[in-house]
Amino acid sequence: MSFFVAALAWIVDPAHWPGPGGIGGRLVEHLWYSLLAVLLAGVVALPLGLWIGHTGRGRAVAIGLSGALRALPSLGLLTFLAVAMGVGIDGVLLPSTIVLAVLAVPPILAGAYAGVEAIDPDVVDGARAVGMSERQIVTGVEMPLAAPMILGGIRSATLQVIATATIAAYLGLGGLGRLILDGLPVRDYPRMLAGAILVTVLALLVDGLLTLLQRRLTAASVRASIGTDR
Amino acid sequence: MRWALANAEQIWALTLNHVVIAVPPIVLSLLLSIPLGWWAHKHPAIRRTLLTGSGILYALPSLPLFVILPVLLGTRILDPINVVVALTLYGIALMVRTAAEAFDAVDGTVRESAVAVGHSPTQRFWRVDLPLAGPPLLAGLRVVSASTLSLVSVGALIGVRSLGYFFTDGYTRSFVTEIAVGIIGTVVLALVFDALLVLGGRILLPWVRATDTRTAAA
Repeated sequence: MSFFVAALAWIVDPAHWPGPGGIGGRLVEHLWYSLLAVLLAGVVALPLGLWIGHTGRGRAVAIGLSGALRALPSLGLLTFLAVAMGVGIDGVLLPSTIVLAVLAVPPILAGAYAGVEAIDPDVVDGARAVGMSERQIVTGVEMPLAAPMILGGIRSATLQVIATATIAAYLGLGGLGRLILDGLPVRDYPRMLAGAILVTVLALLVDGLLTLLQRRLTAASVRASIGTDR
Repeated sequence: MRWALANAEQIWALTLNHVVIAVPPIVLSLLLSIPLGWWAHKHPAIRRTLLTGSGILYALPSLPLFVILPVLLGTRILDPINVVVALTLYGIALMVRTAAEAFDAVDGTVRESAVAVGHSPTQRFWRVDLPLAGPPLLAGLRVVSASTLSLVSVGALIGVRSLGYFFTDGYTRSFVTEIAVGIIGTVVLALVFDALLVLGGRILLPWVRATDTRTAAA
């Protein structure tokens, strides 16, 4: 337990916060890489997921692909791309972001198509009957009703990315993982544990925030569907 | 290919290490999730707590968990036990919900018939609930198996030997082939484990296919 006390002391020590290698900088880096990767994955996976859900096409491929990606070890994928693309200061960010985004694609994809599929077909037919175009149906009916599940997918993707960004520190990518990996060779256990605690707290905080947002969205979409019932 | 042949001995040794670390979490998460899932299925309040807990557990990143556990367990940081415990926790986090939903999905009329023909609650669990919950449990276990095998390699970052060693070593030497061997090895292991689970399911749950053919015939 004394290790935990030492780690907490390490975290609250003001000397460990400023500077590029300080806790503050690492925290910002970690969030920045994570955001970048989730955005990249979202740009690819969200339209694709909505399309799969709307048309019902390509579902088997999406499921198979997600399963295959789960078996791929993220550390292996990271190191492979880093070496294959050539690692430099600029070289690190790109492969890391790509791998993080690749990991974030399946949950976002699944959330989007499962969310759209779960919508009562009568609602979609009704929208078609009142003369909405397919595009209007997707943006005006399916996206709002599927919003809680879409956000659920984004939530698990974000968690996955925050967790894997810790591993990406091994490639020289910044972020909180650096605190753990820098502490390892010099056996600076308080620093390693501090890094571990900070990443864990960050993951739980982000998860909590997105869960709250998801609950609010669910409430809103339930209200919306009650509205349409009348 | 030549590298893989020249280093076949090391590949085999690390593969075995990988398997030795991966099997206990897979088995333990099944064994622990069944009673937990049953408990959650019976009591809504416990269900909420367990599912929230497993959600939080699953939100923990693996590398930090490998570092925190030795402090909690009093083990040394390089001890593979840390990785085994961490992966068991993840496995349970994945499986508890599946197990609870698997028991929920058992048809109520079947359960009532079992009571009607005189099954005690214990008999009913072993002869009706558990066998009927088998297929979804197996599906959940296949997910746990794939994710566990993939996560074992992260242990390489703190020096626990597995196929993940090829990732760290290959990265240090900028040697793509070695990393590829590690990735292919992990994927092959995942496929072998999956095939074994499916095979085990066929042997242990023969009624699944029997029901399938009957519905197909009808």
